[in-house]
Amino acid sequence: MARIWKFGSDVNTDQIVPGRYAPYMLKNEDDLRKYPFIEARPDFAPNVQPGDIIVGGNNFGCGSSREYAPLALKLVGVGAIIAPLFARIFFRNALNLGIPLFTVDLTEQLQDGQQVQLDLSTGLLTTDTGEQIQLPEPPLFMREVWQAGGIVPFYRQYGRFPGEAA
Amino acid sequence: MPQTLAEQILSHAAGRTVQAGDIVTVRVDLAMIHDSLAPGIIRLLHEDLGAERVWDVDKVAVVIDHVAPAATVQTATHQANTRKWVREQNITHLFDVGRGISHQVLVEERLARPGMVVAGSDSHSTGYGAVGAFGTGMGSTDMALILATGRTWMRVPETVRILARGQFRPGVSAKDLGLYAARVLRADGATYASVEWHGVDFLSVGDRMTLATLSIEVGGKAGIVPPTGAPAADLDVPDWLRVEDGATYLRTVEVDLDTLEPQISMPPFVDNVADLRDVGKIAVDVVYLGTCTNGRYEDMAAAAQILRGRTIAKGTRMIVVPASSESLQRATSDGTLTTLLAAGATIGTPGCGACIGRHMGVLAPGEVCVFTGNRNFRGRMGSPDAQIYLTSPEVAAATALTGYITHPQDVMA
Repeated sequence: MARIWKFGSDVNTDQIVPGRYAPYMLKNEDDLRKYPFIEARPDFAPNVQPGDIIVGGNNFGCGSSREYAPLALKLVGVGAIIAPLFARIFFRNALNLGIPLFTVDLTEQLQDGQQVQLDLSTGLLTTDTGEQIQLPEPPLFMREVWQAGGIVPFYRQYGRFPGEAA
Repeated sequence: MPQTLAEQILSHAAGRTVQAGDIVTVRVDLAMIHDSLAPGIIRLLHEDLGAERVWDVDKVAVVIDHVAPAATVQTATHQANTRKWVREQNITHLFDVGRGISHQVLVEERLARPGMVVAGSDSHSTGYGAVGAFGTGMGSTDMALILATGRTWMRVPETVRILARGQFRPGVSAKDLGLYAARVLRADGATYASVEWHGVDFLSVGDRMTLATLSIEVGGKAGIVPPTGAPAADLDVPDWLRVEDGATYLRTVEVDLDTLEPQISMPPFVDNVADLRDVGKIAVDVVYLGTCTNGRYEDMAAAAQILRGRTIAKGTRMIVVPASSESLQRATSDGTLTTLLAAGATIGTPGCGACIGRHMGVLAPGEVCVFTGNRNFRGRMGSPDAQIYLTSPEVAAATALTGYITHPQDVMA
């Protein structure tokens, strides 16, 4: 089972990892895993488990281009992020890193701390009360990038960009 | 079919006619990386992608602006490694400590030009739209792929049009237009879209940079000011790049500049904007003039006009961090800097300053800052318990005089 971590609207990258905690500023870059939501939600990093799911409000990940924001979430094993709208650069960075994203508003249906199971191959999310929620299927280019494990393995495997003719 | 500016530029970069919604691979004309992310990008380029060289040594610009000069041994070491890499790669364009903020510098250097696709490892890379380029911010992995291939892929964006009419009143400027647009569109109003700023032909390139950089704060993928007026006097504009009647806009926001009041963005969200007049008396600890949004010569001059012959309030400090060495030189040669210093302001090394909360004036818990920059998120400039208000340089200078948030009209002669 995976825990739901619920966040509000307009979660910005300064909240996910403040600029002061960038790898550039750290003596040990691996420490980045200690810092997601360090100020916005200090209980997140010490308690998040691999596979846990973030459910966010509108405009998730707005702000800077810092890839270390989604990277920090990847390092702690976030299994998927679900939000009604993602800010563009965050969406792209998370996709590039191979973090599954689903664009749908589940802030009403899911509660913080709730336990769920998510089958990434079907997009079927089952809650601890047995409710089943079918997540929207991401576009083909996104599924291709995830299947490869991110944009770097995708490019190395295929020698082309997503959406480009093979 | 009539095209938006983004569709025109991306069609040329893709080598075929494209329209909003298409996923395309495009040629990149200029790639910018800065000191904060360069170490990771270099590692991705060589270790993860297995590339040995950047695709074109003349089309890569490396700028040391985010922590400049270095604040710690750690950042100094990263910068030294980046300089060494630039030499090894034989990269033509390195702009080192003190030259200024990447977006401002690449425009001043005429490296960013009308009709280009410019990708930068910084979200405010929308700023290249000040000269009619498609500028867009990207993460480290995308930048590494661009350095390796000279290409990137993207979805051709729809366009949100800001349509301004009239002229600013005294004490009102481009920042107020940009914040007003954020007030109407909100932080997600142009997500995945290009923002086109129409009706501002009279603006300088600097003021256009204010609008173009703020375009990311409404979610924009790019923020383009049509390159008629000031940029056309100085740069070649391709004949295919022009506003076309009948182009499709997702939305148009009309703004009457003749009646626009000074705007203020209140913490902790950029789109939390009100008329300055409607905000009560708020005491201010720090006035911070700088950034790619409002740290240019014109911004310093606008502040100096208000501060000339006067002294900033006791108990309030004013920090000025010029956007570039060129801005600093102009402010030095015409007395603008002397005016600011005589009023009690102090000056920092051209660059990003405290905008990312790493050095050169970070905020303490409880402090209130009036900032001419572009983000007021919690913890942005230091303590998460500081409060950041975003305003124009005019409001910043008026505020420095009184020590509380002040309408420029109330202190202008």
